[in-house]
Amino acid sequence: MAFTFAAFCYMLSLVLCAALIFFAIWHIIAFDELRTDFKSPIDQCNPVHARERLRNIERICFLLRKLVLPEYSIHSLFCIMFLCAQEWLTLGLNVPLLFYHIWRYFHCPADSSELAYDPPAVMNADTLSYCQKEAWCKLAFYLLSFFYYLYCMIYTLVSS
Amino acid sequence: MAQPARPPAAFRGQNGAGQQPYSNGPVQNQLMHSSDGQGYNPSAPGSYSHQMPAKVPPHQSSGQYNYSSSQIASQLNNYQGPGQILNRVAPPSGSPVQQAGSVPQVLPPAPQNSAASSAGGFGAAPPGLSSWPYGQAPASHPGGSQTSHLAHVAGTASIHPPSSLPGNSNPPGSYQYAASPGGPPLQNSYMKPASAPPPVTQPLPPLHLPRPPLGPPPVAGPPLIRPSTLTAAAAPPPSSSVPQSLLNSTANREGDAASTASDGSVVQNSYDAIEGGGLMATTHPSPATPNVNMGRNVGYSYPNLPPGYQNTSPGAPGLQAPALQYPDGSKPFHQPPLGPNHLTASMGTLSLQQEGLRPVNLLQERNILPTTILQAPVPNLHEDIQKLNCNPELFRCTLTNIPQTQALLNKAKLPLGLLLHPFKDLSQLPVVTSSTIVRCRSCRTYINPFVSFLDQRRWKCNLCYRVNDVPEEFMYNPVTRAYGEPHKRPEVQNATIEFMAPSEYMLRPPQPPVYLFVFDVSHNAIETGYLNTVCQTLLDNLDLLPGNTRTKIGFITFDSTIHFYSLQEGLSQPQMLIVSDIEDVFIPMPENLLVNLNENRELIQDLLKTLPQMFTKSLETQSALGPALQAAFKLMSPTGGRISVFQTQLPSLGMGALKSREEPNQRSNAKDIHLTPSTDFYKKLALDCSGQQVAVDLFLLSGQYSDLASLGCISRYSAGSVYYYQSYHHKHNPVQVEKLQKELKRYLTRKIGFEAVMRIRCTKGLSIHTFHGNFFVRSTDLLSLPNVNPDAGYAVQMAVEESLSDMQVVSFQSALLYTSSKGERRIRVHTMCLPVVATLSDVYLGADVQAITGLLANMAVDRSVSASLSDARDALVNAVIDSLAAYRSSVLSIQQPGLMAPRSLRLFPLYVLALLKQKAFQAGTSARLDERIFTMCQVKNQPLVYLMLMTHPNLYRVDNLSDEGALNINDKTIPQPPILQLSVEKLSRDGAYLMDAGSVMYLWVGKNCGQNFISQVLGVPNYGSVPQNMTHLPELETAESIRTTTFIAWLREQRPFFPILYIVKDESPLKSSFLQNMIEDRTESALSYYEFLLHIQQQVNK
Repeated sequence: MAFTFAAFCYMLSLVLCAALIFFAIWHIIAFDELRTDFKSPIDQCNPVHARERLRNIERICFLLRKLVLPEYSIHSLFCIMFLCAQEWLTLGLNVPLLFYHIWRYFHCPADSSELAYDPPAVMNADTLSYCQKEAWCKLAFYLLSFFYYLYCMIYTLVSS
Repeated sequence: MAQPARPPAAFRGQNGAGQQPYSNGPVQNQLMHSSDGQGYNPSAPGSYSHQMPAKVPPHQSSGQYNYSSSQIASQLNNYQGPGQILNRVAPPSGSPVQQAGSVPQVLPPAPQNSAASSAGGFGAAPPGLSSWPYGQAPASHPGGSQTSHLAHVAGTASIHPPSSLPGNSNPPGSYQYAASPGGPPLQNSYMKPASAPPPVTQPLPPLHLPRPPLGPPPVAGPPLIRPSTLTAAAAPPPSSSVPQSLLNSTANREGDAASTASDGSVVQNSYDAIEGGGLMATTHPSPATPNVNMGRNVGYSYPNLPPGYQNTSPGAPGLQAPALQYPDGSKPFHQPPLGPNHLTASMGTLSLQQEGLRPVNLLQERNILPTTILQAPVPNLHEDIQKLNCNPELFRCTLTNIPQTQALLNKAKLPLGLLLHPFKDLSQLPVVTSSTIVRCRSCRTYINPFVSFLDQRRWKCNLCYRVNDVPEEFMYNPVTRAYGEPHKRPEVQNATIEFMAPSEYMLRPPQPPVYLFVFDVSHNAIETGYLNTVCQTLLDNLDLLPGNTRTKIGFITFDSTIHFYSLQEGLSQPQMLIVSDIEDVFIPMPENLLVNLNENRELIQDLLKTLPQMFTKSLETQSALGPALQAAFKLMSPTGGRISVFQTQLPSLGMGALKSREEPNQRSNAKDIHLTPSTDFYKKLALDCSGQQVAVDLFLLSGQYSDLASLGCISRYSAGSVYYYQSYHHKHNPVQVEKLQKELKRYLTRKIGFEAVMRIRCTKGLSIHTFHGNFFVRSTDLLSLPNVNPDAGYAVQMAVEESLSDMQVVSFQSALLYTSSKGERRIRVHTMCLPVVATLSDVYLGADVQAITGLLANMAVDRSVSASLSDARDALVNAVIDSLAAYRSSVLSIQQPGLMAPRSLRLFPLYVLALLKQKAFQAGTSARLDERIFTMCQVKNQPLVYLMLMTHPNLYRVDNLSDEGALNINDKTIPQPPILQLSVEKLSRDGAYLMDAGSVMYLWVGKNCGQNFISQVLGVPNYGSVPQNMTHLPELETAESIRTTTFIAWLREQRPFFPILYIVKDESPLKSSFLQNMIEDRTESALSYYEFLLHIQQQVNK
């Protein structure tokens, strides 16, 4: 039993993976909040509520934007670590998501990348349901990889 | 008498109330007046009687109480008795007419006319009206009289007279008439003290029901607003409009202007006229047309007249028929079966269907373009349901046969969506005032003609299928005055209806109309000279701005600094305040910058007169638009309202400064054009505006590139609109000046709704996923519209989420809640019902090619922004290929050579080709970037009719106009030449052709054009002397000239913008733009129609 670099990678990614799971859950909640306005229909139509609701939407979108980079960088950090640790299988599992993230990041429709998750675009039901699906998939992926990392960590610790 | 205090009760009264009996009698009017004071009077005028109900609501608390059930039997007696008494009493008040007749007779045509005309005068005093909803208290009646009323039911009438007297000061003749409308209010006043349950009201019905149907029922139809069907009828006598009346819930015509017009006098002052704005223009070519009358009558549909009256009015019977119809329905719950036709109904359409199914070989049939304007397909519903359905101009679906499942929809490869024009000016619109608006308890759908009544007490929602109770008030039908006929109430007889929202819909008082104008006064702007035009137009239309006594107005100008204008009361002249700190804008003296229009009119007029001269020497070339908008936003945010921004160049200072992105040499490179905003400043500001109920309308008058892609966001997300006048210059481009004037006039005077939200609901199983138009989506199905205007269209895309196989029909409902310029909270509801089908051929059968084209255009705009223009163009072409390929492979049993298309889609390739050649999507170098983006804005924001016209112009031959088949409107004969295909081969050198492309018209004169036309219409001796840049037709006294000019004027009147007319000769520079609109011909960069078909055929047959 030895504390190899690979084992360290798995331990670190275990911790960070927990953070990613948290992000994913937060995303799901945020999109749900965006989708439904938890006010009675009549209240929703009230002009005073409009301001509140709009502020809410903007705040959520702002946070969503803030979370994009941390999430993507944590995930790319995984990939780099596994690359260094020569954990090819794990790396292989993560590469598709890495490419997806890169595509997402550079394929922003607007001229400036900052506009991802801008309120008018996100509030489109189509985009919203896409984002929500994406968040659920990521949650599933991160959860599975969490247990996978756990297993791998123990395996490397034990085997070496 | 705290009537105001309890608005709900009042409303209830209306609904359930048996106000009718009174309605005819003068008594009621008088009461009205007395109780309310003058403020109200405006609404009362006879001709408008219908209006009364809407506005008066609060008062109407029920007269019902008075009538106990016992009275029912004797009501007639009661009723007349009081009326006569009143008449006698009335004299003092000064209304001779009234006195003369018994109640029923009071109504004869003559008085009505006078009433109508006088109405205009009254209209001048709108203030009172606005107050109603809030429950402002009318003057209280003398306590004694009231009590007495309560005491005697029967005797009520007699009591009234005294109280009524005060009110009568108004013009006598008109009141008489008005009396009928007024009726309800009176009752209310009584009633209030003893608010009782609605049931009491019921007694009344027997009286009126017995009317024999006078006219042919079919014509009458439901009060649907479909002027077009009515056109055939002869002009009704003016009197006919009168009857309708009153009923509380009754139909109000929205454009009262129309009513007055019919009487011969168009009174602009009247409230409705203003509110309705230029309605007439859109629906009916001209205000005072016979058609209008017809439409109106039908629209009212609920005449109150006592039988005697009806008989007397000569021309009326036909008109009133509709109303009569209702009483006839003998079966209490007879509802036409919802759903696609069964047997009998379908037999009729059978042949039609087969005709519709017959495929068309596009390559062989050359003349597929209809020679008249293409009508929307009629959904295959049972006749009774269909005639209740929403007017396709307001609400249209791309597939009038909804596919059962998403799989079927995918197979058809056609987009499913709705196109809406929800706030369109209508010439008549039923308005309902009631304390409870009946809505489904789970999905909040408004009750509509397509719900089913399980029995008298329960109805089943047609959107979510929940069974709801019918509220007690709803049992009484104010139209027929019958109890227990909820299915005959106006809500259930009209697919388009407007509700006056009760108090629970307004948690804060409705906002006052606030208009802020922001002018660019940099050197460049002054050069163009637009300020003169705008200020002059504003000055001329200051009185016509929709609003009431609360209307506020303000001005800001800016160059590199921001100038505010203090219009404080007491100042001898407006005071200019300059703020030069554009990094952190603050508002000096905020309270004096937005001022009440009525109280400070002189200062405002002063300012408008001096403004154009104030900056003539300015050498400042910079433009700080961003900071000016921020200032405007700060100024407006406490109230909300409308900001109109006039900008003439690229903003260059402060926040929101932009850099030129257009590189003329690279225009051809479709990949690099900048369709997306370069900064999100304007988008964010627009969202802030949306949150504060502020809309920004942008007028861009610019010669150079101004980055409309970025600037346009300010309007797009705040639900404003964009106007673009390319190369505006008062000297070099005089036609633009006229265009700006006309469009600005329309813009200033059209109806406006504030702090609006729109929600679109559809039957469970369908879901709406994308919206197109100018607004912000606040939650998935709620559109936030700080302002809503009658010229805006919207589109939505839908998907079938769950199988609809157990349904025969599905329904869609749009509800628009807004604050009118009079400060009333109103809800306009449109409902449409469509059949569900299970086979692909039925789906194709019901395809609405115009709606599909419109929706595709909207989707293509999105696609060009999110991906690229070439992507969008490919997507458009693929839409045609896919749908025709799907049709070929799945529907056609025999594979024939050629390009087969279902009959309903025969114009699809043509329209898509037209889209590809339209400025928004065309490839090549000819379109400037701003122009392209402006066209995209229009695609998103124009209602379908105008979008189609812009895409596929109409071509008419005008050198041989004849009166054959002409429309007759308002004593004018409007020729209706056939529409020609857009191909040069249709042009002949010896003719003259008019191309109507929506926002522009070209009159092409052939070289060998008849001498007759040139001299009689163009007013010049020969072809050679037709001036190169002619833009007006002279007004000549010849028949040819009159025909041509009326035809062009008629075309222009139908739309909210002003198309410039260019007269094009062979050698004129505009010939190329004329030819560019020849969609079927090949241009330098685009295929001809035939080539396009070949291309599609190749792809389809692959």
